[in-house]
Amino acid sequence: MDLLYDIFADPFVQMAGMPDFFVQVLWEGFVTGTLYALIALGFVLIFKASGVFNFAQGIMVVFAALTLVGLYQAGVPALLALVLSLGVMGTLAVSVERLVLRHLVNQPDIILFMATIGLSYFLIGFGEFIFGGETKSMITSELGLPTGSSVVDFAGGIVIFQHIDIAAVVIAGILVTSLALFFSKSRIGRALRAVADDHQAALSVGISLNQIWVIVWFAAGIVALATGIMWGARSDVSFALQIVALKALPVLILGGFTSVPGAIVGGLIIGFGEKIFEVYWGGLLGGGVEGWFAYVIALIFLLFRPQGLFGEKIIERI
Amino acid sequence: MIYRETGQFKTNYKADNSIFPILQDRIAIIFYLFVAFIVIPAFGSDFFINSMMIPFLIFALAAIGLNILTGFTGQISLGTGAFMGVGAYSCYKLVTIFPDTNVIFLIVISGFFSAAIGMVFGLPSLRIKGFYLVVTTLAAQFFLEWCFIRIEWLYNYNTSGAIEVPRREVFNVIVTGPEAAAVTQYLVVLSIVVAMTWIASNLIHGRIGRSWMMIRDMDIAAELMGVRPLYAKLSAFAVSSFYAGVAGAMMVFMWLGAAEVESFDVNHSFLILFMVIIGGLGSIKGSFLGAAFIWMLPVVLRAFPKALGLDVPVATVEHVNFMIIGGLIIFFLIIEPNGLARIWALLKQKLRVWPFPY
Repeated sequence: MDLLYDIFADPFVQMAGMPDFFVQVLWEGFVTGTLYALIALGFVLIFKASGVFNFAQGIMVVFAALTLVGLYQAGVPALLALVLSLGVMGTLAVSVERLVLRHLVNQPDIILFMATIGLSYFLIGFGEFIFGGETKSMITSELGLPTGSSVVDFAGGIVIFQHIDIAAVVIAGILVTSLALFFSKSRIGRALRAVADDHQAALSVGISLNQIWVIVWFAAGIVALATGIMWGARSDVSFALQIVALKALPVLILGGFTSVPGAIVGGLIIGFGEKIFEVYWGGLLGGGVEGWFAYVIALIFLLFRPQGLFGEKIIERI
Repeated sequence: MIYRETGQFKTNYKADNSIFPILQDRIAIIFYLFVAFIVIPAFGSDFFINSMMIPFLIFALAAIGLNILTGFTGQISLGTGAFMGVGAYSCYKLVTIFPDTNVIFLIVISGFFSAAIGMVFGLPSLRIKGFYLVVTTLAAQFFLEWCFIRIEWLYNYNTSGAIEVPRREVFNVIVTGPEAAAVTQYLVVLSIVVAMTWIASNLIHGRIGRSWMMIRDMDIAAELMGVRPLYAKLSAFAVSSFYAGVAGAMMVFMWLGAAEVESFDVNHSFLILFMVIIGGLGSIKGSFLGAAFIWMLPVVLRAFPKALGLDVPVATVEHVNFMIIGGLIIFFLIIEPNGLARIWALLKQKLRVWPFPY
């Protein structure tokens, strides 16, 4: 009975008893969820346009952040370092297209997936080779991002909002909106959706696949840089972050590989779910459940909706 | 010239269906086994046996396991590291519970625990395919890793959280533990690997292997032709995890001597997957080639700057290692997506028709 009480009643009693703490947990979950959604967004962009499941997205996040911090430490002013990092991500996009994707056209998905794993290994080695393997801290204030925190009185307690978290949410919102506008309104965006729909048909109306791929990878690179800055500000910049980046996979699963809103909703579900479960139920299991809970949520969702919440229905023919 | 099957006629079905239809291949296999069983133990140094051959064989076995799942059944898995862990931890528990039982027997038995866990995590594969399945196997990976840390019973409530291999003797020869001779351990590992490779080869060439390959090629069509996806997929998961489990148990008992949860993390899953990809999906030979390549390459690369007389920091070498492995993976995928096994086959074909091009 005690166990049942601990599982089904006690967490809710705690939630109701300390609403300020509950709101704090929700906020944490919201911010983490936003960041997960951002990483997942990078995946979705590339998957939509090229059908490549880009495993390296997580590493690109770390790589972008590492480049930014590395450049700053080398004496480059912060804002210039930001521009240069964007340039690096652009170069990366071009070289990935030139050196990898172009040669692997028409290969099965699994081969492309493996190639991106190879790419992620290369990026890990390259990043550490150039900038050193030690953990770095993100240059938050140098970039003009807020660092303090606000304390808000709430229901007889306090809730702390880190300013950087607020900035992260705002920036994520801006990024998502501008990407959505870019894809739905601009000429390139239309071309991109055409490619996503059908490679051959897109080619036949004169859309350059190679160009589209570069653009998509660059867009994913920008998203990666933004994510890297935000995530780096919350913890430190090192390749340990890639484990966090792997969390984008369950997010993708929840949202469906091809859906931008799906990535966002999925990110939020995972962010909220994971934090709440960790705080209120994790203790029963000895803590540390954050590491796998997201995957298990995804697994359970998958059993009922194999194509994700917003994914297109999979139709198979013989 | 040497490698030519001219004049070798098959007069019955058995000869036609044999795994090595060509005499030279049979001679080659006997030669490899001779080298592996006699030459290497006789002349190999302890370093060579301990840090090259034993891990190579163990990883090759794990790669065969993953190849059964990914290469032959078409289910991508990133949980191999955790399944190896299940094998290792269950072997550790078995050895503590039954201290007097033959430890080699227990290593093989521990594969069954891994197989059972593998089947549980293989259940989603009945509904989920492709990359979606990758995520469910990652769920297995992270959940099991967490179990290895949180369930203290698994490591006998050690304060260090590590499993340490006790000293065990089989027929008065020390097989496990710090005092065991490298050669003994090598021979045990080699025997298990050879036996299990033989079993895997027979499974794959038999009815069950054909059903796996049908599922891989097109599962709906396979179902229409009477292959039951439930049995085919779950048996692939079970066999694959069994191999991974035995490999994991051997990794701890025959090679590392002690292990923590880090030995079974997601990076190991990637490592084994690389071996399978580089070696060749759907090829047992490829598993060996891939394991040799991925395992030996860093060892060679580490020795390389020293041989040139350069003083390069260890960390830098590690980073360059990563770059080279990543680059090579992409390179191999571009030039030969079917892996080393395919290159091997092409070479053989060239040799067969030599000196003519076709």
